[in-house]
Amino acid sequence: MSTIGSQPVIRRLLLLGPVGFTLLGLILIPLAIMGYISFLPRNLYGGVDWQADWQWHSYVQLFFQEDFDGNLELNWVYAQALLRSLAQAGGTTLLCFAFGFPVALWMTSLSERSRNLMVLLITIPFWTNLLIRNYAWLIILRENGWLAQAVNGLFPQAGGITLLYNDFAVSVGLVYSFLPFMILPIYSTLEKLDWRLVEAAYDLGATRWLALRRVILPLTMPGVVAGALLVFVPSLGAYITPALLGGGKTLMVGNLIQQQFGTARNWPLGGSLSFLLLGIMLLALILFALYSRKAAKSMHRGVGA
Amino acid sequence: MGHSSAVDVCNVVKRYLDDPALPPALNNVSVNIAHNEFFTLLGPSGCGKTTLLRAIAGFETVSSGDIFLGGERINDLPPYRRRINTVFQSYALFPHMSVAENIAFGLEMQGLGKQAVPKRVKEMLALVQMEHLANRKPAELSGGQQQRVALARALAPQPAVLLLDEPLSALDLKLRKEMQVELKRVQQEAGITFIFVTHDQEEALTLSDRIAVMSAGNIMQIGTPGDIYERPQHRFVAQFIGDINFLPGQMRPGHDQPVFRPAAMPVDIPCQPPSGIDLSRVQLAFRPERSRLVDPSQPHHLRAVIETVMYVGTATLYRCRLPDSSQITLRESNEGGLARNVGEGVAVHLPPQACLLMEA
Repeated sequence: MSTIGSQPVIRRLLLLGPVGFTLLGLILIPLAIMGYISFLPRNLYGGVDWQADWQWHSYVQLFFQEDFDGNLELNWVYAQALLRSLAQAGGTTLLCFAFGFPVALWMTSLSERSRNLMVLLITIPFWTNLLIRNYAWLIILRENGWLAQAVNGLFPQAGGITLLYNDFAVSVGLVYSFLPFMILPIYSTLEKLDWRLVEAAYDLGATRWLALRRVILPLTMPGVVAGALLVFVPSLGAYITPALLGGGKTLMVGNLIQQQFGTARNWPLGGSLSFLLLGIMLLALILFALYSRKAAKSMHRGVGA
Repeated sequence: MGHSSAVDVCNVVKRYLDDPALPPALNNVSVNIAHNEFFTLLGPSGCGKTTLLRAIAGFETVSSGDIFLGGERINDLPPYRRRINTVFQSYALFPHMSVAENIAFGLEMQGLGKQAVPKRVKEMLALVQMEHLANRKPAELSGGQQQRVALARALAPQPAVLLLDEPLSALDLKLRKEMQVELKRVQQEAGITFIFVTHDQEEALTLSDRIAVMSAGNIMQIGTPGDIYERPQHRFVAQFIGDINFLPGQMRPGHDQPVFRPAAMPVDIPCQPPSGIDLSRVQLAFRPERSRLVDPSQPHHLRAVIETVMYVGTATLYRCRLPDSSQITLRESNEGGLARNVGEGVAVHLPPQACLLMEA
């Protein structure tokens, strides 16, 4: 530390450069611009009126709309989109956990070599662009595609099940996209788990299920929570998947925001929606931070005291 | 419980499938352990003692042979269906649970009622004198305290048999001695069969009702600590437990009883060979403290020259060289007060009861 401290100011600034650029140039300044825009009146043909005074209009608009007489009345459309997105993200998180935990558990039972291979296989989808992966699902799930034909062949009495352009398709797409974010953190905590504790649980009469619930799961909780966060946050703002696989039929908050900056030409509303979403994600992150602090405390309370 | 023994291990063989060329970890092991017995599996690391323990617990499947618990065959039962609990070498306490929750775990798994669990936990805490630390997490406890919790946790569900896998090996010497006394007390109070694994021969001698000495997957000898120490049947057992000297040589018919003539020098040492050993390849073994050092002028004794003198408090150890330049160790109690010197010649008297004849 002392060697860095003794550097001349210029060199220290240079060292801070990359971090500073990332934080300022790529995160803080764009956010500030968006925040600024959200307090300006919209311009009818796109963009905003940069000369106008600040106003709360776009934030009021999130929950209210003006009727003919200029009175505000509640408008649940945007809130509903947000709730739908929250439900969708929550469901995706649960599904990712339901599929991801067993996979991570199974991976720990493999040999060192096979484990590394599995980690590689799990990350392979990331080598392909998200858009392309969603188009792949479009082909798999499309009407008269092989999967739809197989399903309808199995259940002919259902009268033609469609797999694409509904919530099911969006769920499939989101779970598929974010599953690795659930598997990898859980796997990395399971890998460090002391399996002798599991033996001790069996020894004391715990069946496999009870050993899982009472010993493995509580000790893997930090990984599960991290995974849940990594899945929940991006699926809350997911935009491509609902647009492509949902067919744009149901409004998600991500698509809503995109519309405001696009066809609706209401940048301020897009900005305020973005900040609302950001607030919810921050809340999730704060809850996670509080949880991990509590977990760390309860595990190592007073060590060395 | 009508069955006469608590645990019967019959012809158990354990091979590791990945490499059939390896010698088996357990090579046709049989042992019967009585109710309420403190039974110790003693041997160097890699002798198969822990494998045998894990096979009894249910963590290892056996390649062949049978294991019975109170007369009931338990080979195919998973660990959670065996009325056997283990104190692990690493203690394996659940880090996310308090001391009381750790002890309650096995009771809850048994489906014990909401009132019965805290009552039993309290009893167990009292048994290991840990009442005041019931709400601590394992990470906040010392090694000795963790050890007590592990013991209480394993005893709480009232197992038929308690297995202890080198439970004291992580403790320092003083604490280990304390815990040895504690273990013995708990075993007598709880009235449970203990199967104890250790590589510490002194610990085994102090604690056990019976000891099985193991080597390379075989049980070499089973007996009381006295049997094992006084009458080892194999060179391995004799060497592993306590100090011992070996003299090569051969048996001869004496005047009125058979005598042993060491290769080192032509003296006749009268001793009675045990039945059933091959007298053509025999050796004489004796413990350093069982020989007597006598006046070198006396005839018919083994002669030796002192090379090293080691004072050990209650006694002095002499490392001596025999005429054929092989070495032996002798021990003399210090009550006489007269230490001998390096280079001094001594005669060694071996009373017949000190002489152990065994196959070379």
